[in-house]
Amino acid sequence: MTRSALVVDDSRAQRSMLRRLLSERGYDVSEAGDGSEGVERLSDMGAFDLCLVDWNMPNMDGLEFIKVVRENPDYERMQLVMVTSESEPAHIARALMNGADEYAIKPLTMDALVDKLAILGLEDD
Amino acid sequence: MSTLAPPDFDYIVQLVHRRSAIVLEPGKEYLAESRLESVAREHGLASVTELVQRMRSGSLDAGDAVVDAMTTNETSFFRDAHPFNALRDTVLPELIEARRVARSITIWCGATSSGQEPYSVAMLIREHFPELRDWQVRIIATDISPSMLDRTRQGRYSQLEVNRGLPAPMLVKYFTRDGMHWVVAEDLRRMVSAQYMNLNERWPVMPPFDLVLLRNVLIYFDVPTKQAILGKVRQQLRRDGLLLLGGAETTMNLDANFERVPHGRSTWYRPTGA
Repeated sequence: MTRSALVVDDSRAQRSMLRRLLSERGYDVSEAGDGSEGVERLSDMGAFDLCLVDWNMPNMDGLEFIKVVRENPDYERMQLVMVTSESEPAHIARALMNGADEYAIKPLTMDALVDKLAILGLEDD
Repeated sequence: MSTLAPPDFDYIVQLVHRRSAIVLEPGKEYLAESRLESVAREHGLASVTELVQRMRSGSLDAGDAVVDAMTTNETSFFRDAHPFNALRDTVLPELIEARRVARSITIWCGATSSGQEPYSVAMLIREHFPELRDWQVRIIATDISPSMLDRTRQGRYSQLEVNRGLPAPMLVKYFTRDGMHWVVAEDLRRMVSAQYMNLNERWPVMPPFDLVLLRNVLIYFDVPTKQAILGKVRQQLRRDGLLLLGGAETTMNLDANFERVPHGRSTWYRPTGA
């Protein structure tokens, strides 16, 4: 079964790195350059199975994006993972409290991504 | 491509086998080369070949560091979901029921490398079994590598390590940040005691165990060593205790005195009447 993922990050290099990792796991990947573009992508394409979102981005940051997404019941089952270099415990707690399902500190390796997918029940075994 | 010459690799194979009974199969030259690179560097040497040649000529004693590097395995928090789900859903609930009077549980995590497994067990207990706070819960973590035991005692992990298998809510709840590292909460560190143990030598005096987690260890040993280890595990386990092996390991054809006990999607082993 092909799963779908949305990568929301303002760094093109990060997006293509995450796209590569997810593609290797069999994901069909879409990209957005910031939170508001991410919201547009969702309204165009509907919910994805998984969304990896950066924290610091122009226009709409990752935290705001998560809040907006979590207010919409259409996206209820989409797993949201914050992938960011913000590593303060308070940041992590805030992301989780606002609806992130998981949190990964950059750099995200393939092994760490697979672990996160397993935690979210997105890995077939 | 490894540049390690066959006699040099053979020397490493013999050394590791003598000290730890671990069998390095032919074709693992690349493993020796990559793991021993840092040992060579620490001794100011340009290559693994130079390191081995110095050791062979007797001009350098780096045996401990070499065995340490060759026997340390990669690990992560909550490695493989099924055994941990089984612990949470049935293994620990049944054990708690059986120990209501003694109010004491002792768990052995063997060959635990840098300690992620014992701390995962400790977190799982704190997270799902608050009633055990008043019990005596001991998790004994053993390893052959002194440097890994130190790491377990410190409970200090890099950002890359906490990204591996640890759910973010648990990171926030059970760790504090210290610069670029994360340190396991004092409460959990008190549950875990790290102890040196070479599975192939005389075992230290240990209490009887309720659970033994010895995962992905037997695969490194030859059959007689596997059998000897399983025999000793049986003697250390309480009669209703359970042994967990790695996903690709089994007691079958090695020790007839264990019975399979499926729990969820993982297999545990209980000593039979013997």
